[in-house]
Amino acid sequence: MNVHEYQAKELLRAYGVPVPPGRLATTPAEAETAARGLDAKVVVVKAQVHAGGRGKAGGIKVAKSAGEAKRLASEILGMTLHTHQTGADGKLVRKVWVEAGCEIERELYLGLVLDRASESLAIIASTEGGMEIEEVAARTPEKIVTVRIDPAVGLMPYHVRRVAFALGLGADAVAKLDVFLGGLYRLFVEKDGALAEINPLVVTKAGDLLALDCKLNFDDNALFRHPDIRDLRDADEEDPREREANELDLAYVGLDGNIGCLVNGAGLAMATLDMLQVAGGAPANFLDVGGGTDQDRVAAAFKLILADPQVRAILVNIFGGIVRCDLVAEGVIAAAREIGVQIPIVVRLQGTNAAEGRALLESSGLRLIPADTFREAAEKAVAAAGPNPKTQAKTQAKTTSAMNPKSNGRG
Amino acid sequence: MAILCDAKTRLIVQGLGKMGRFHAGLSRAYHTQVVGGVAPGKGGTEIDDMPVFDTVREAVAATGADASVVFVPPPGAADAILEAADAGLDLVVCITEGIPALDMLRAKRSLLGAKTRLLGPNCPGVVTPGQCRIGIMPAQITRPGPVGVVSRSGTLTYEAVDQLSRLGIGQSSCVGIGGDAIIGTNFVDALALFEADPETRAVILIGEIGGSAEETAAEFIQSHMTKPVAAFIAGQNAPPGKRMGHAGAIIAGGKGRASDKIAALEKAGVAVAPSPAEIAVTLADHCPGLRS
Repeated sequence: MNVHEYQAKELLRAYGVPVPPGRLATTPAEAETAARGLDAKVVVVKAQVHAGGRGKAGGIKVAKSAGEAKRLASEILGMTLHTHQTGADGKLVRKVWVEAGCEIERELYLGLVLDRASESLAIIASTEGGMEIEEVAARTPEKIVTVRIDPAVGLMPYHVRRVAFALGLGADAVAKLDVFLGGLYRLFVEKDGALAEINPLVVTKAGDLLALDCKLNFDDNALFRHPDIRDLRDADEEDPREREANELDLAYVGLDGNIGCLVNGAGLAMATLDMLQVAGGAPANFLDVGGGTDQDRVAAAFKLILADPQVRAILVNIFGGIVRCDLVAEGVIAAAREIGVQIPIVVRLQGTNAAEGRALLESSGLRLIPADTFREAAEKAVAAAGPNPKTQAKTQAKTTSAMNPKSNGRG
Repeated sequence: MAILCDAKTRLIVQGLGKMGRFHAGLSRAYHTQVVGGVAPGKGGTEIDDMPVFDTVREAVAATGADASVVFVPPPGAADAILEAADAGLDLVVCITEGIPALDMLRAKRSLLGAKTRLLGPNCPGVVTPGQCRIGIMPAQITRPGPVGVVSRSGTLTYEAVDQLSRLGIGQSSCVGIGGDAIIGTNFVDALALFEADPETRAVILIGEIGGSAEETAAEFIQSHMTKPVAAFIAGQNAPPGKRMGHAGAIIAGGKGRASDKIAALEKAGVAVAPSPAEIAVTLADHCPGLRS
């Protein structure tokens, strides 16, 4: 789960990590009051949306007076920010964070992540602050230092020293970094962080360390024990369909095709998208109904798929292990009856109680297209959905980029 | 011989909720020796004709169990895994989905040097056809034979096994290693076990986007494996930055893409299936002796 910059900074502050003073504003008048209250030479008005690249998109501006902060806030509030992370629709700005400006000597990068490969926590630090770390990793990997931390032992003084010297901070700054990293590490492990990025971490002209921007992401699986973090969720920042799926405890990712997918298991759900593409079709979504599926959840999943107006056919692909196919069949039947589904539904049930499930489907009296194998199911769904205009456009684009020698091959 | 479990395996069940009981029943129906269950506070009773114990240690002492399957809900799952390891079990299979990553990080650290092998979490378990079923796989689709199957995905494992069985090719063991970022047994561990198992003649590996486990597996295959391997990587059309159901299935920062994994595997001599419908046939073509 992502939180806003201002929420991340309030958490950092609570853990003793130095951040610039700032206040939240939802109206230009509030921004003016906030700027006045900060008593700073310059203030920075920062759009609060869950996306990086805000500065380039015009969502971060510097004001020299409270009046100017008000005017800038009136421009930023209500604007739709388009950055490389917002998607085509952009993000509507509802809040701004008004923050005291500071005199910057150097900009650094500091990250803390759960490192899968080494099965430890890892500090990632770089002298190249203000740039995206992926870009630094691609261009100048030698400028990144990774320090792995044994979760059983925790952050040790030598970890801090290694980061400090790698960043060229000098002996006098080690104590300051110790406070900074110590707080960040405690926040991360106490609140089940998944990713923390301080970018940039600035060294001020006075020699202090400040978290100028901060991105925090928390482990969704641990939110049950952190009601305070769960309360920071901002539903406005989430894709409405993905949010609804989340509330139903379904894994859903919206795509731009015309075949709705209802699959059990993440791997099979991903493979179903792959199979549809191989069969010449385009999936409208990834949807994993998960394990322990009951009739209500399957019916809800069905409604979620049908809420997408692009969907022309639905492929139900269930290989029952933990999910019993007869329960899935009941869910499909109940949902189809309840909503009065007008579009074709291709159903493939295999595994635990598959025969019972198929019998239920056949005796339901509904117009369902049965399929036995994976390929057959995909081909029937593609035929039922008909051509997808967006896919044709995409295929053309792919062909073009394949002929372009500058293409980096990213598909 | 198979890997991880066989007819001699004596299994206990930790977490006797609806799911644990349902699948314990299916395992018993598959002639797995399910010798008891653990439910704190219910020791001394019986559930579904199984003796129930308060602790794993008591269960092991009374039943001689050497393996455990964990269905305990996420908040207590890491604790259940470590309790099983503390009781000296050889194998702990954790089915639970949604365990906090930091819990697993600590648990995995704590298991270093222990004799216990952890499979999972968030995995479907392991089936040695005709001998033993631990977890939630539909064992009726398996049949005994020479192919080892190892996968990060549950249902996609069933898909591959079903395809193999339909071609008349059986399996030595079918292993789901789980879809989380931190797991007990990884591809390399399972591949090493299959390589050492005399009954396994070829291996199917099913990976997915996210992390670098497939790339690491490719290096191992190239340097350590003599047996032929076929693979499929799910998520070739997944958008970057989106978590595709599994906690571990995400393309992040340009890393974990299917195309990179496929390239690494092909370089290591692995036959990679072009679609999920052709996993078994890809192996059969790669290893012609398998079809009888």
